Parts: sequence; C-alpha cells; structure tokens
Amino acid sequence: MAQIFHPSTNTISRVSIYGAVFIIATLGYVSYEVERSSYFTDVNVARPQPVPFSHKHHAAELGIDCRYCHTSVEDSSFAGIPPTHTCMTCHSQMWATSPMLEPVRASYRSDQSLEWTRVNSLPDFVYFNHSIHVNKGIGCTTCHGPVGSMPLTWRAQSLQMEWCLNCHRHPEGYVRPREDVFKVDYPYQPPEDQSTLGPRLVKEYKIRSLTNCSTCHR
Amino acid sequence: MTGNGESGFRIQDSGFGTGKPLEEATSVSGGPMTSNRKSGFGIQDSAFRIQDSEVGIQDSGFGKGRRLWRSMEELAGTAETRDALHNEFLRELPVEGNGISRREVLRLMGASAALAGLTACTKLPTQKIVPYVRAPEEFIPGKPLFYSTAMTLGGFATGLLVESHLGRPTKVEGNPDHPASLGAADIFAQASVLTLYDPDRSQAVIHEGRLGRWSDFLAAMKNARDAHLASKGAGLRILTETITSPTLASQLRAILTEFPLAKWHQYEPVGRDSAREGARLAFDEYVNPVYRFDRADVVLSLDADFLCSGPGSVRYARDFSNRRRITGVESGMNRLYVVETMPSNTGAMADHRLPLRASEIEVFARALAETLGMKAGGQNALPQAATGWMAPLARDLQAHKGSSIVVAGDQQPPLVHALAHGMNQALGNAGETVIYTDSVEANPLDQMQSLRELVTDMKSGQVTTLLIIGGNPVYTAPADLEFGEHLLKVGLRAHFSLYNDETSNLCHWHIPAVHYLESWSDARAYDGTASIVQPLIAPLYDGKSAHELLAVLRGQPDPKAHDIVRDYWKSQNLAKDQDFEAFWETALERGLIAGTALAAKTVSMKPSFGLESSTTSGGGGLEIVFRADPTVGDGRFANNGWLQELPKPVTRLTWDNAAMMSPATAQQKGLSKDDVVTLRYEGREVQAPVWIVPGHADGAVTVHVGYGRKRAGRVGTGVGFDAYALRTSDKPGSGMGLEIDKTAERYALVATQHHSRINEGDGQFEEESRAAFKRGLVQIGTLGEFRRDPNFAKEHEEEPSKNDSLYPPFKYDGYAWGMAIDLNSCTGCNACVVACQAENNIAVVGKEQVSAGREMHWIRIDTYFRGGLESPETYFQPVLCMQCENAPCELVCPVGATTHSPEGLNEMTYNRCVGTRYCSNNCPYKVRRFNFLLFSDWTTPSLFALRNPNVTVRSRGVMEKCTYCVQRIQEAKIKAEREDRAIQDGQILTACQQTCPTEAIVFGNINDKNSRVSKLKAQSRNYALLTELNTRPRTTYLARLRNPNPEIKE
Repeated sequence: MAQIFHPSTNTISRVSIYGAVFIIATLGYVSYEVERSSYFTDVNVARPQPVPFSHKHHAAELGIDCRYCHTSVEDSSFAGIPPTHTCMTCHSQMWATSPMLEPVRASYRSDQSLEWTRVNSLPDFVYFNHSIHVNKGIGCTTCHGPVGSMPLTWRAQSLQMEWCLNCHRHPEGYVRPREDVFKVDYPYQPPEDQSTLGPRLVKEYKIRSLTNCSTCHR
Repeated sequence: MTGNGESGFRIQDSGFGTGKPLEEATSVSGGPMTSNRKSGFGIQDSAFRIQDSEVGIQDSGFGKGRRLWRSMEELAGTAETRDALHNEFLRELPVEGNGISRREVLRLMGASAALAGLTACTKLPTQKIVPYVRAPEEFIPGKPLFYSTAMTLGGFATGLLVESHLGRPTKVEGNPDHPASLGAADIFAQASVLTLYDPDRSQAVIHEGRLGRWSDFLAAMKNARDAHLASKGAGLRILTETITSPTLASQLRAILTEFPLAKWHQYEPVGRDSAREGARLAFDEYVNPVYRFDRADVVLSLDADFLCSGPGSVRYARDFSNRRRITGVESGMNRLYVVETMPSNTGAMADHRLPLRASEIEVFARALAETLGMKAGGQNALPQAATGWMAPLARDLQAHKGSSIVVAGDQQPPLVHALAHGMNQALGNAGETVIYTDSVEANPLDQMQSLRELVTDMKSGQVTTLLIIGGNPVYTAPADLEFGEHLLKVGLRAHFSLYNDETSNLCHWHIPAVHYLESWSDARAYDGTASIVQPLIAPLYDGKSAHELLAVLRGQPDPKAHDIVRDYWKSQNLAKDQDFEAFWETALERGLIAGTALAAKTVSMKPSFGLESSTTSGGGGLEIVFRADPTVGDGRFANNGWLQELPKPVTRLTWDNAAMMSPATAQQKGLSKDDVVTLRYEGREVQAPVWIVPGHADGAVTVHVGYGRKRAGRVGTGVGFDAYALRTSDKPGSGMGLEIDKTAERYALVATQHHSRINEGDGQFEEESRAAFKRGLVQIGTLGEFRRDPNFAKEHEEEPSKNDSLYPPFKYDGYAWGMAIDLNSCTGCNACVVACQAENNIAVVGKEQVSAGREMHWIRIDTYFRGGLESPETYFQPVLCMQCENAPCELVCPVGATTHSPEGLNEMTYNRCVGTRYCSNNCPYKVRRFNFLLFSDWTTPSLFALRNPNVTVRSRGVMEKCTYCVQRIQEAKIKAEREDRAIQDGQILTACQQTCPTEAIVFGNINDKNSRVSKLKAQSRNYALLTELNTRPRTTYLARLRNPNPEIKE
C-alpha cells in the first residue's frame, strides 16, 4: 500500500505546530501595540475645533492662568470649559472683528453654545476628580502635557489605566509644590531634585497611594 | 407557588398538626424529611391546625424556643419551598423569548466569545463639550446643588431637599428643617423623581381626543368666563383634591366671590372624611389633631397605620421610635397596642396586636371607652379575642394619663374617631400628647357629600362648566355615584392632571399639569407649617400649574405661578418690618415659612355625640375593607415602576393587588393562594386573586384600591384589579355583605418573600426560617428579658478567631466603614429600598423577572413571623451587603472584579465583571444582584436625566450589590482631604440612612470609638449574622425588643 502522506508532511506539520505559537504570540504583540498606538489612544493627535483656540498663545505667550477659564478645577471633579462669555470678556475688545472668531461672536449673539470637540476623555465608568489632584500637587502639564506649546490641543497621555496606576503607585515621582501646579512650562523643572522633593511633598501633602478599585470605579 | 389545594399546602403531621411541642417537632423533622412528610394533608382539612397547635405559643423564657417563619407554605414545609431554598434564581426564563436555548447560544457564539476580550479595545467615540454661553452663578459642573421644596400627598406637605446635577433633579431627601420630615422622606417622596421623568406623563394639551393648543383653551375659558360672569357662576363647578395650599385657596375664594353661584367641590379618594367628621361629632367643629408621640408612653392605634401612612407619618415615626430607643438596660420603651384588620407596618411594631374586623373596631372602641369611664353605650358583644385585653389595656392607659395616645385610623368611621377623641379627653391627653389646632385644610368639608352633590347636579344638567383640577374621579369615585356616566352631561369639562388618564379621556379638554419639581406652589404640613414648593427644573413638557389655570379663570392674562405664589405671601405681611425680599429668600432656603404652624387650641367635648346610632350594624357574611395600596397609593403612582416593584410591607407582594384574607377565612371558603375569586358586593362584582395573610382578621377581606388602571401608562395600565369598582359612597372604608365565589381560574401572584434566602449551614435541606431560628438571624427579646440578660442577642454567636483564615488579616489603619441597623426602630416602611434605588441607578425588572427571583433591589426587607397564624408577631430586617472583612465573594472572583478596599469595603468593579456569578453563589447573605438582561433603560431619553451621574449604569451580564454608597464616601473624602481634615462622624450618610424616618440605620467609621455607629455596635444588643462562617460582617444588627404588658396573656 502506498504511503498516504508525502515525507514533506513531517516538515509541514512541525513548522505549523511550532509556527502556531509564534503566530499567536505575534497576534498578541500586535494587538498590545495597536491598543497603545496613537491610532487608538489619539495621543498627539491635534483635534480640529470650531475655533482654532491656541493654548500656546493664551496660556504661554499671554500668561493667562489656567483657572481664568477652567474655573472649577480646584473645587470640582470637572475643570470646567469656559462659557462664551469668558471669551468675550477680552474678544469684545481685541480682535473684535476677526473672521476667525466669528463662531464665538455668533454664539454670544444667538445664545447658542459653541460645540468643542473633547480632547481628554475617560470612559463613563471612571470617576476622575480634578480638584483632589490639583490640591495634592499634581500639575496640569503632568497629565495634559506641554499645553503651553499646543497651538491646537491634543491628548498628551493615553489616559489608560496602567498610566493612571503608574502615578497612583509612585506619586513621589510626579508631585510638585502646590504653587507650581498651574505652571505651563514643559517639561516642568522642580526647584530641587525630584527624588528628594517628591517624598517630602508626599509626606507633607499626606498623599496616599490609592490603588483600590473604588477610588475610580463606582 | 403551590400547585393546588390538595398537594400545595401540606404540613408535617409529626409536628404541628398534632400539637406536639415545638422542640420535638423540629428534632423529628431534622431526620430524613421524606419519611416524615408522608402524604400530608390538604389545606381543607387540617393545615390550619397550626393555629391551635403550640407553634409559637411555646416560650421558653427568652423567646428562643419560638420559631420564626416566613410564609405559611414554609411553616407547612412543602417540598417547593425547600427546593426554592437551593435555587437562588427560582426558575429559568427563556432569553428574551426567541426560543434559542442558552446552550445553543453558547455553541453558536463560541468563536465570538473567544474574541470577546478584544471588545475592550474599542476606541472611545468622539464627544462634544457644550459649555454655556453665559454661565449661571453658583453653578459648578460636577457639584450638585440642593434646593428645598415640598411634596404634597393627600394635600399635606412634607418638606424635601432635592439634589440637582446641572439642573436635573436626581434625588430627593428630607428637609432637616421641616417639622414633617426632620430629614427623612417616605417611599412616595423618594419615588416622585421617577414620575417627573416618566415618559408617559401627559405632554400636550388635548382637545376632544386630538392635540390641542393652550391658546385655544384660553379662548374657550374666556368664553366660559364671559358666560358665567353674566350668570354669576351658575353651573360653574370646580372639583379639586384636598387643598391646603394658602395661595390656591385664596385663588379659589376669589373665584367664588366673583362667581357667587359657582361651587368648589373637593374629593380625595382615600381621604380623611372620617377624621374630619369624627372631630365634628366630638367637638362640633373641624379640628386637626396633632399627635405628640415624643411624649407618649402608651399608644393605642385603632386601625391607624400612623407610622407609615397619612399626614405627618414620617415625623410620627421618628417621634415614636425615639421613645423606644435603647442605649442600655436603664432605657425605657413606650408600649404600642394595635387593633387592626389588615397587618400593617404599625401593627408589626406593636407590642400587642389584635386582629379585628373593621366593624368590630367600633365595638372595641365603645367597650374600651366604657371601661375608661365614658358613657359609650354599645349593644354589640365584644369579640372573644378582645376580652382578655380590655381590663389590662384600660389600666395601662389610665396609669399613663396625659402620656398616652389613642389614635383612630383615617378609614375608620367617624364614630370611632369621636370615641378616640373622647378617650383622649378622658385620659387627660388633650393638650398634652394630642394637640388640637384649627383644620390644616383650606376648606374642610365632608368630601364624599361634596362629590355626591356634584354628581346630583351633573345628573340634573345643572353643571355647564366643570374644571377638574388634579385627581382622577372617573377612576376613583365610588361606583354607586356613576361619576363617569354623569360627567358626560356637563357642557364643558376640562381635566388638569399629570397623566392623560381615565378622566381626561371623558373630558373635552385635558391640560397637562406640571410636576411639583417643575413649578411654584405652596402647601401646609400636618401641623399647619406653610411650605414653599420650589421648582428645580423648567417644565419638561407643556405643563401648567394649578395656580395658572385658576388665574386664567379669573381673567388674568399670561399668569406665572411664581408671581402668584410670591404675591400671595407678600400680601400676607408676615415679613413685618423686615424686607420682604429677605423674608422670601429665607423662606425658600429653609423650605418653609417660619411660625406658620397652627397654634394649639382648646376644644370642648360635646356632651353626647350620637353614640346611639351604630355605623356598623346590619349585614352579615363577610366584610370587605378598602384601603389605599401601600405602594401605589390611591392609584396615582400606578405608572411608577419603582413603586410597582417595591415589595409591599408584610405581604412582600409586587406588581399586583389581591383579595387579602386570613388563613381561617380562606380555609372556610375553600380557597388557596392564587385562586381567582369573584367578589360580589352591593350588586357589583370584580374578579380578584386570593392572597392569604397570616394575622389578617377573620371574616374580612381587604382589597387595595389603586390597581386595575385603564389609562395609567405603559407601566401601570392593566396591572391588578380595580377595587374602586366595588366601593360605595356610603361606606367607603368597609362594609358587610361581601360574597365570594371561587372560579376555576388561577392567577400567579408574585411575592419576594421566598427570594434571596439564607440557608442552613451544614447543607441540610431545611427551610430558611428554621435556619433563621437556629442561626439567630433575628434576635428578639422582651424589655424584661433584656434587663435580666443584656447579652441575650450574643448567645448564639460563635466567633471564630481572626486567625481562622488562610489569608492574612487586613489592616484598617484609616477609616473603617461599618453600619449598625437597629431592628428595634425599623418599621419596614421600605423608604430605604426606594432611596437606594434612586441613589444607585437600580433598574426595574418587571413582574416576570421578579417571579424568577431577579429583582435588583440592593436592600431587601426580610420579613419574619413568629407565633400562630391568627396574629403572628412580625419582624422586619433590612438586609444589604454585609461588607464582610473575610468576604467569601472576593475569593472566588476569577477576574478580580470584586475586591477588598483598605477601608473594609467589598468593592464591585462593574467594568471588570464578566458575569460568572461565582460571587453570588458564594455569598451566604444572598445580597448580590445579577443583570440577567439589559434591565437598565438605555433608550428612553427622559430617563437619562434621572440617573445619578456618580454611579455607573450597569449593563447586561454584570453583578452588582450595595456599595455603602461609595460615591458618597469618596465625595466626602475628597472634600475632607482638600480641607486637610478628617471626616467627621455624620458627614457621610448613606442613602438608606439619610431617608430612614426612624434613624434605624447608622453608618460611620468604626475605628472612631466615639462615632454613633461604634456606640451602637458597642451595645450588648449588637449581633452579626452568620458569625460562625467567620465572614466578620461590617453590617451588624441590634436586637429587637418588645415591651409587652405582663397582664396580657397571648
């Protein structure tokens, strides 16, 4: 009786069995990378907005404090997006006829809100609170990146859970003095070495490493 | 549950039937169950020998020898109840009825399931942020605001604080400054926020069945006004519900002045006519009794559920429970006697409870009044059961002159109220524990008579214009008045209400009403305190306020409710030398106008008040008793899913009403649970399913009105049967001559009494009640026993040492959250259940799912009975997640979705949960709830606004449970951390705690030895459930005490 399988079957089966391991591993690696790629996380992707608002110009060049617009950042979970009225406090006088600002003026005239595209967003099952982070010495740029050099705003960090936990496990690496929280210089240069400043501030601000689930998930 | 009368209701003949002592009975049944059960006997012959057996009558000193039970089936030990114990989820339901079995789905979806993990990798959708153009002041996104307002029920106001997130009212709390609330709220207030967002609420003006326009209605009203001005208002009638609102009353009076021949009628379906007429019988004037339970040592309730229904009940519950709060052996307790027909929450709190038919209560009241020295007459013989009561009760009341209260129920006839007033006078309680004031109602009158007159006028064609403001009389009016039929003879009829309901359907015009959270008004509380109803949101639909409607009739163009209410109070000159603006701001902030409580007045008893004419004589046979439903009220809450699904107190029935009767009556009529019967009364009949209630008076059938709605909305239409169809205007409370006929049909009623039960530890097949008894789930003692042995509640506890665990113990360095629930205060009112539902976005699942044991409530009120079926003692136990320190659920979760927090919480992380249900399986307390289907409504837009934004809305396939309101804990922690201080005791209130009228639930930090919860836990009455499992629960209970009169042998 003739052989059913050609001798090459041996090779093929060996390659495919061992190969399967590699294929699965590759698939796993690819999905791991894809999930963290900026395609997925939108990190470093500038978002188009109805008005090309520049943080670089307002925050860095003009030196307007973050809290002038993001008024509730110290009191509430939500930092606050300024109402049109806030824009018009200046822009009713400066650049009052600029065509670029027409949507702002239109909004003010018609009482219709501007619709901004959200840049930094978390899933609905995550409860982030700005006020406690700011009050415990976490600076704006630590999460929001080089805001002072963003002509259009983009997301600077993935905002994925591993990224959050990174700081929640080791806050001493990121904490800064409270008076420096709203500084937009990037990268932030601490007044002394972070390795001595961090642990001191953690102690002073009574920062606890909160990594249990209900800290963020409720 | 039970099949039929033959096999359904068996009883172990070894124990109860033959009347052997209990200990023997339990020990025998501890052996092989099957051999004991033999054939059993059917319900008809001897199941109810239980009554005369010694179950529950045994009392070996500490009540330990007395067994607890949860239902009669269980007491009888049917096979089904035992099976039910082992199936946490009672039966399999098909998956959304598509005929594919679970296995098939699994097979088909195998490949997809393998890839399911990738769904976590979806990109977040692009979202918009839409800020204000001009931001309102004090409005911080992410921070809720609280506004004081008030809700009326039956006309009477309860002050509330309502939480608003970005302009959306989401949660109702009591107003601590308000005398009727003191910070607590009842189920109706808690659930009212769901009615606000109910998509079935009326949304537009309807004219003759078609969409109409408000401007056309204004034109029609102008024509009517012009015509009536000429005729001085002849033929103009206004029908309202009970009105206490000063503004509305002044508007109505102005209309009556302008149209002298017009009439204002009032009708409240389950109203207080008897209370009013009773006061008039006794004092010749309408007066309003305000009870001071905070001063009473002995209370006798004559069919009054004063703890859970009626004006002021939230306050009364607080005052009452404050008089029985135990801090140590030296503490005293008040004593409550209850005589009632249908077991109520107040009856469950009673130290002595006597079931009597409604008609016998008058006989009882007469006999007692006679014993107390009044000339009360009374020709009828005292019921047998009451004879032993009379002398000791009278002695007890007389020993507490000036510190006792006799309170009569609103549905009792006027004579009983008059007798109660007489007894309070005779006992010197008037002015001490019973304060009389002028009537709180703006225009007190005999409402039934008022409605009758209206119907007579409609019948004779004298009514040309009828404005129905609120209420739903076509559905609620007594059947003999034939309101709906005569309504059609009215020339112009307009109905103003929240829903386009039965009455709207028969009217030319339907005007949508605003919800109380949408517009301005005012109302008086039980003691007369004027409360401002302040809106939190602009009307969602095209609703109008009653003030605006009446202003239209007065010819005022474009009226605004705010101006009307404000102008009224401005005209009252209460601000005196103060600036009115400041006065008004203070009133709004506090939710009430200070100093408007009515002053006490002295009343004098009439020497005689028609005692010769008994209202109860005549007619034999069965008695029918009409009561408002405990959860849907008189029918106005029929479309509220939270209230429909809320298990009714004592019976734990959901989604239905039933003909409630005692076991003996059912046996006599050959009826068993779920039989459909025809109820025939005064020539009318309805069909109703039977529900057997231990403790119900024999020879009477209680029916709850409020069901059988025809136009309630998607939730309430067609649910239950309409008991109003039997109710007559001359005897709205109860009447004799009911006939009952069994039909061949059966109807499945659904109660949650058998759901989520804790079973016997060693795997034996025993009923949960026995487990409860053996494992000491409910600890009960009398005050005397407690004084002799303060530690009686701990005797069952066997606490394994901390080291009996394979895992190292947790260290709780900072806060350690814990809860203590004082069973001595819990009235089983369910307010916590609804508050939890509102706070935590808990879904409603519907009757079919409830029947499969899938209700989602995070708190359940376990109800236990003890003693014979005639009048068992009733015990309530709220059970929620115990937040065990050694939690069995945490160990079995394969994905780490339920974990332990450093503060001792068992956290539930919904986004991690994959739905294995291992945790629920391993939970000995059965407090976890699983989303078998997509129970949360993800599609109805108006309901999005209802949700608490601080709690995740759960999806299908996710486990959930009580979190100790972790969102409130985090909120308080963040606030405290920002201010660099520790959280003070009382700064975190869980939703259940905050709303509890009796402060039975206390939450706090158990590491702080001075916190209220620590002090409660340090009491000797404190005990935990199932300590032998070494779960170390953070939620513990304080034993229930009773204060029986030693002279009464039961």
